[in-house]
Amino acid sequence: MGIGGAIILAIFIGISRVGEVIAQPTAQINFNLDVLPVLSRACFPCHGPDENARQANLRLDTKEGALRTDKPLVISGSPEQSKLFQRLVSRDPEEQMPPPDAQQKLTESDVEVVRQWINDGAAWSEHWSFRVITRPRPPMVERFDWPQNEIDRFILDRLTRIGLKPSVQANDQTLLRRVTLDLLGLPANRDAQRDFFSDERPDAFERVIDRLLASPHFGERWGRHWLDAARYADSSGFEGDPPRVVWKYRDWVLNAINDDLPFDEFVVQQLAGDLLPDASPQNRIATGFLLNSQQDGGSETSRLDAVVDRVNTIGTVFLGLTVGCAQCHSHKFDPLTQREYYALFAFVNSADEAKLEFATPEQFARRDALVAEVASLTAERTSYAATLSAERIKSDPGYLERTANIDSLTGRIPTFESAQVLQPATPGRVTTMFIRGEFHRPGEPVSPDVPQILPPLPPGSRTRLEFARWLVSADQPLTPRVTVNRVWQHLFGRGLVETENDFGSQGSRPTHPELLDWLASELPRRGWRLKSLIRQITLSSTYRQASHHRLDVDAIDADNRWLARQSRPRLEAEVICDTALAAGGLLSTKIGGPSVFPFQPDGIMINRATPAPWKISPGEDRYRRGLYTYYWRLTPHPMLQTFDAPDAITSCTRRQSSNTPLQALTLLNDPMFTEAANAIAREIVSSRLENDDQRVNRMFQLCLTRLPDAHERKLLNQVLNRARSPLTEGTSGKTRSAENVERLAWTQLAQTILNLEEFVVRE
Amino acid sequence: MTELITPALHQIRSGTRRHFFQSSGLGLGAMALQSMLAKDGFAASNPTANPLIPKQPMIAPRAKRVIYLHMAGSPSQLELFDDKPELKKLHMQDAPASFLEGKRFAFIRGVPKILAGQFEFARHGQSGQVVSELLPNLAKVIDQVCVIRTVTTDQFNHAPSQLFTHTGSPRLGGASIGSWVTYGLGSVNQDLPGFVVLLSGGKTPDAGKSLWGSGFLPSVYQGVQCRTTGDPVLYLGDPPGMDRDLRRRMLDTLAEMNQAEFQRSGDAETITRIAQYELACRMQVSVPEVMDISQEPQHVLDLYGAKPGFVSQAESADDPRQLYKGDDPTFANNCLLARRLIENGVRYVQLYDWGWDHHGSSLGESIDETLPIKCQQTDRAIAGLITDLKQRGLLDETLIVWGGEFGRTPMMQNNVRSELKKGYIGRDHHPFAFTMWMAGGGIKGGLAYGQTDEFGYYPVENKVSIRDLQATILHVLGLDPYQFHYTYQGLDQRLVGPTEEGRVLKDILA
Repeated sequence: MGIGGAIILAIFIGISRVGEVIAQPTAQINFNLDVLPVLSRACFPCHGPDENARQANLRLDTKEGALRTDKPLVISGSPEQSKLFQRLVSRDPEEQMPPPDAQQKLTESDVEVVRQWINDGAAWSEHWSFRVITRPRPPMVERFDWPQNEIDRFILDRLTRIGLKPSVQANDQTLLRRVTLDLLGLPANRDAQRDFFSDERPDAFERVIDRLLASPHFGERWGRHWLDAARYADSSGFEGDPPRVVWKYRDWVLNAINDDLPFDEFVVQQLAGDLLPDASPQNRIATGFLLNSQQDGGSETSRLDAVVDRVNTIGTVFLGLTVGCAQCHSHKFDPLTQREYYALFAFVNSADEAKLEFATPEQFARRDALVAEVASLTAERTSYAATLSAERIKSDPGYLERTANIDSLTGRIPTFESAQVLQPATPGRVTTMFIRGEFHRPGEPVSPDVPQILPPLPPGSRTRLEFARWLVSADQPLTPRVTVNRVWQHLFGRGLVETENDFGSQGSRPTHPELLDWLASELPRRGWRLKSLIRQITLSSTYRQASHHRLDVDAIDADNRWLARQSRPRLEAEVICDTALAAGGLLSTKIGGPSVFPFQPDGIMINRATPAPWKISPGEDRYRRGLYTYYWRLTPHPMLQTFDAPDAITSCTRRQSSNTPLQALTLLNDPMFTEAANAIAREIVSSRLENDDQRVNRMFQLCLTRLPDAHERKLLNQVLNRARSPLTEGTSGKTRSAENVERLAWTQLAQTILNLEEFVVRE
Repeated sequence: MTELITPALHQIRSGTRRHFFQSSGLGLGAMALQSMLAKDGFAASNPTANPLIPKQPMIAPRAKRVIYLHMAGSPSQLELFDDKPELKKLHMQDAPASFLEGKRFAFIRGVPKILAGQFEFARHGQSGQVVSELLPNLAKVIDQVCVIRTVTTDQFNHAPSQLFTHTGSPRLGGASIGSWVTYGLGSVNQDLPGFVVLLSGGKTPDAGKSLWGSGFLPSVYQGVQCRTTGDPVLYLGDPPGMDRDLRRRMLDTLAEMNQAEFQRSGDAETITRIAQYELACRMQVSVPEVMDISQEPQHVLDLYGAKPGFVSQAESADDPRQLYKGDDPTFANNCLLARRLIENGVRYVQLYDWGWDHHGSSLGESIDETLPIKCQQTDRAIAGLITDLKQRGLLDETLIVWGGEFGRTPMMQNNVRSELKKGYIGRDHHPFAFTMWMAGGGIKGGLAYGQTDEFGYYPVENKVSIRDLQATILHVLGLDPYQFHYTYQGLDQRLVGPTEEGRVLKDILA
């Protein structure tokens, strides 16, 4: 290396000191966290797992390849003597790696990582996420007053090392609103506020958490998270987008989460409930998980497309791996060959869709009888028609009478509640590779198996059931890590691994690897019960911190990765609707049942190849929680779309959080929000509250779980008085009754509050 | 070590930080944000650069914007642009085995009959290009147009082929060209979306809204479908009876309260939200204005055949014949809107017109009866668009692309009937050679590019792939098709795909 290079590196090391301390308190290069990502990004595309793309027969993604002993590339302790390092710093275009025309370039810091790694002895270890989960001991910390439980010790340890103090606990109002939104997706109602704010007991917050975890609305909130991942929708997608009846699967998820069904069973039932011994109808309904794929008609190609989606969903949701990359070629970065992809494919390839109907034997018998009668009458009509000339058929009284009779009977054939369920294909299918992922180019046959990098399946049969059990087996490290990370993400806005769907070498590294593993080891110890895990996390001081930005934190940790404060995420689409309706007392508390049709503007259901109805549901079904809104994949409800609800096309493990003018237009002008504002105003005006101050207080409490400060009160009073002023009547020209003026004024006020930024975030 | 921003991480961050339309030019936009942050001593911890701000092209651009006219279903090149007298000679004879060996068709089964072109052709303009009698207006401006008769694609079903054409991948999840272009170049007018989609023909194209999805790109770059009836953008209009002045004052109060919230929370998102309310307020004026074609003088309306305020019955039609009325001006209205949009700085306007899938296997889907109606709906409008842009000096800066997702077979489709019957003459999907055309910015007008064999079955000269077209579109706009990429799932994703097979069609560039 030239002198210039050395100087640049020296400068680099100098300026990165703070960051270095952050990621690596021991100042040692960690192969997994530091070196592997560099090799993965720069070298694996041509010297990695993909045997077809591999150049010079050189493999750097395995220990055997990178640290080979014949013609070694790496001389431990001597970077300058190591071929690998020489090629990285070479200026000769023939020698230089990656080659000058490659899209991936190395930065100075990348090169320094490799240098230091070789210098320190070139230790090799497996990628972090594939390693067995050990149970790290929570670190000892010097501050005893802050940690509520082990989680806080992991967090505080890191904060202390970078010289930050945790934030103060959020005030009671914020805490109650936060935990109620996080666990139920609803605002805290007046009773809940009164109870908590007047509860002087030390465990008052714990009592709130326990009450929320026991609420039947908990399943709606956390069920919706799962339905995102399960790409749940009420129609089949693509151009036709026909409806499908799948709400029983949705209800199964809600109930399972409310019942705190252990997560391992939750997974096994959804992937293979039909194969369980003595599978109950509920076990079978659970298999709707895999069937949620889009479906375009009945062709073999479309079936294979759906299987691809199912494999990719399993990869995303349980393994946190972008397995889809290996559909067409071996993965470029992660140890997953194309053959291994089709070995996973083989587990789900031999499962077909069936319809499970719910009725009594008598009801089925009655329907069978009706169907048989219609068939026989139709046959009789056909033979009768044969006696008539073609022109006369349409006007022949005998023919018309028969037709009327058939139609009336057909109309009486009942439809029963049903669900889409999996069943094994008979005969089973032989899975083959598909060359370049193209379905018309089958390759060699492949039998079901799990990727080699992970623990093997136990000997014996290899059905979907064994696969599902393997996914949640004690020594398979990915599912627990990925699962606890998603739980963390739902409570902090970001996972400990930020790329929640990519735990591979291109994903981000865990910010708190020990905490992640501690949580992952807790999960099976707690009987795979997520409620228990959520309770533990929400009880922590880390969770209870205020979310306000702090100058000292922003200076070194602008993205809040070390959690010196809580996050302040925007609320999800459904939660925004539900909160507005709940504040106005309109929200129905009914749980489950067929999907519903709340208000939506005209012009949404047009331009569909297959027309679909949107008849607004009567009664309380118009005001159900957002997760019950009928989801047409081709034409989703516009409010859901505007606020980033997932498209249900592929598995969504993390929602986007946009901030757009279309959201402003919706909150200002969507009649649903106007209606909510009206309802809030009605409640306020008809209450026995004596003066404006009390009324403003009440409105603030309903919407934001807190009281306004003096400045806010002043501004809101201005809004009120303007709206009451006779001058504003001018435009409508009509004289309004005093009562009307009053209601409209309070509606103005409610609308203002529903449009506050605070209303759409969880602080 | 400092944090390694892996591509996957970058993806997440850009996805969660997108800020629709946010601009430093806004009253309370990024500039205010920066100053407030600075004033309060907050580091610009959440740099919210406007993702739609105009960006420098990578190479010298030949055009600044695109109007893409997609005829969903795929029109027959053999009736519109590719005159094949040989088909007349062999009309209703069995197709030769070479047409069928090793081929899969969408519907044709067994041995189909050759079908002669159903309409007459003539040479037009100084360039003497051959154009069908169904396109008398286009014929008049054909010297502006480069007709490419040798386009080929890999896909023979509508949805995958539409996706391949517009996203570079036959599967869902790719980013559409319009998203790529707005990602690469930003947009000029921050009061309007950068990528607008307009539909006509009564139905959404087969592949649905994924055709204008942003795929792996941040969703701020997805196409915004503007509706041609009702509010062009949902909830743009105030609720009935809303007092404008009261609303304005409410927005002021809102901004003041939100600023107080920002003082408490220090969250830059709060400032962004204030800016979005301001922008929403401006859009309430700017969008209806640009969408209001009734402001156009009569002679311009006539040029396109546009009729302001027309409400198409096609959307609720059950009988396919309702979809096909020659005087339905929806497409013409959209062409005129396209001009108004690009004139106001929109980067990419995509029109989809449904109803070009003329198999002849059912009523209202034929070459002989339906194709002339579809031509009647579109011919004058397209010629009007070219003429209008030319007159306004915009044609040189605007790339116009016309085509379907594939072509149609030289053979008659035979799965329903194999004899000729009026109203039931049709052709199957043909991916091996079909016609598209380009005009405007950077394109050699009057050029007839590529030649097919005597049956119009295969290209024999200057074969053009969809990847070539995509590379050419990017190149014309000043985006290097090979360097222009977005890193996602560890791969450098490009519109032209992972290989270098797509070539810029240098021959057709002016």
